[in-house]
Amino acid sequence: MVRQCEHCGERRQALRRPKTGHKVCRECFFQLLEDEVHETITQNQLFKKGERVAIAASGGKDSTVLAHILSELNTRHDYGLDLFLLSIDEGISGYRDDSLETVKRNEVQYGIPLKVLSYKELYGWTMDEIVKEIGRKNNCTFCGVFRRQALDRGAALMKADKMATGHNADDMAETILLNLLRGDIARLSRCTAIMTGEEGALPRCKPFKYTYEKEIVMYAYFKKLDYFSTECIYSPNAYRGYARDFIKDLEAIRPRAIVDIIKSGEDFRISSTARMPVQGVCSRCGYISSQKLCKACVLLDGLNRGLPRLGISRTRGIKSTKGVADIDEKSTVAEAGGNGFSKKLSLEF
Amino acid sequence: MRLNLEFKGGLELLFGSVKCHEVDLDSNEITVEKLLVWIRENLLKERQEMFLKGKSVRPGVLVLINDYDWELMGHLEAPIKDKDSVVFISTLHGG
Repeated sequence: MVRQCEHCGERRQALRRPKTGHKVCRECFFQLLEDEVHETITQNQLFKKGERVAIAASGGKDSTVLAHILSELNTRHDYGLDLFLLSIDEGISGYRDDSLETVKRNEVQYGIPLKVLSYKELYGWTMDEIVKEIGRKNNCTFCGVFRRQALDRGAALMKADKMATGHNADDMAETILLNLLRGDIARLSRCTAIMTGEEGALPRCKPFKYTYEKEIVMYAYFKKLDYFSTECIYSPNAYRGYARDFIKDLEAIRPRAIVDIIKSGEDFRISSTARMPVQGVCSRCGYISSQKLCKACVLLDGLNRGLPRLGISRTRGIKSTKGVADIDEKSTVAEAGGNGFSKKLSLEF
Repeated sequence: MRLNLEFKGGLELLFGSVKCHEVDLDSNEITVEKLLVWIRENLLKERQEMFLKGKSVRPGVLVLINDYDWELMGHLEAPIKDKDSVVFISTLHGG
């Protein structure tokens, strides 16, 4: 049976919005989604006029739609932002090289300049090389840690004031669940913040924090936005996949579960007796870290010394830098046999 | 009955890396549920669990009939007739 849109009452219903259950037409859907993102941005004061903002772009659905909507809203509501696209090339053949082609097209389509930074130039290792070295487990640990730093470095290089990422509501719910399952209290307390990093590191925000993945995909489909959509070849073993499957099953039964999990996460209060790590800086590269050496330095050391489990296996006691304590803080990995690592870390944080 | 099936969001990899399939079915009118059975038996080349779960599609796969959300038309009971276009989009990949 054909029914009219519950918002405008005129056009035919095209989809059912998971967050609200509303059945709306295409045009109202676009307007409602864009207005909601605008409201998220203004209510949480994500941007200031004149800011230079790096849009972390992978060529995937979330970052492509983010680039589209952000540039649209920037014009429509006069945010006055100086936007550019920032992409990281992890060196995953058959995956990243294809998605980078998409970002290059986005650069043209949205008229937003693009900067690409690679793991090879930053760390001396591509993900393909890393996987060859460490095997098929814990790949995402390396990649995620390196990418986070790579984005910060890229944004700093390009003199950005802020970064925007395409993390959506489904991602947020998965992350909360993941941290819960792992007993990672520190991350659990931080992961629902819509803007992070104001204490020194480059602030990064998530305009899509309350936006359902289904709506991002529908938006892109109806607007015929060009994005790259293949699962990373190394990801099937990632633990997040289990959280994702569970969230998807929950969504099928009760779509509001996703925003409700986010709400639960936001209102968690950590017991005052829980032991929490103190934030400092890495003694070698200066990046934000709760340990003497940041995770990226530990992982890279492991790679360069042929100790792939360094930084991955649990060590006893609080100090997880056990095993790297014998590395002289002043020595560079290049001296220890690395490849160009020390040169790239002349960037200060 | 002739149908246009489209597989997007990475699903095409399960169908010989071909996104668009023009297919011919014997019935005059079927439901999505029956179409899924037909797809499983006639088109799906590999890794069933990436596309199907039980009687339905794997959670995270969106279904559109003539560009309308199947959730508006009864999900698995949604009717499909001659010359319809059915699009399956997976959301299960990086953003």
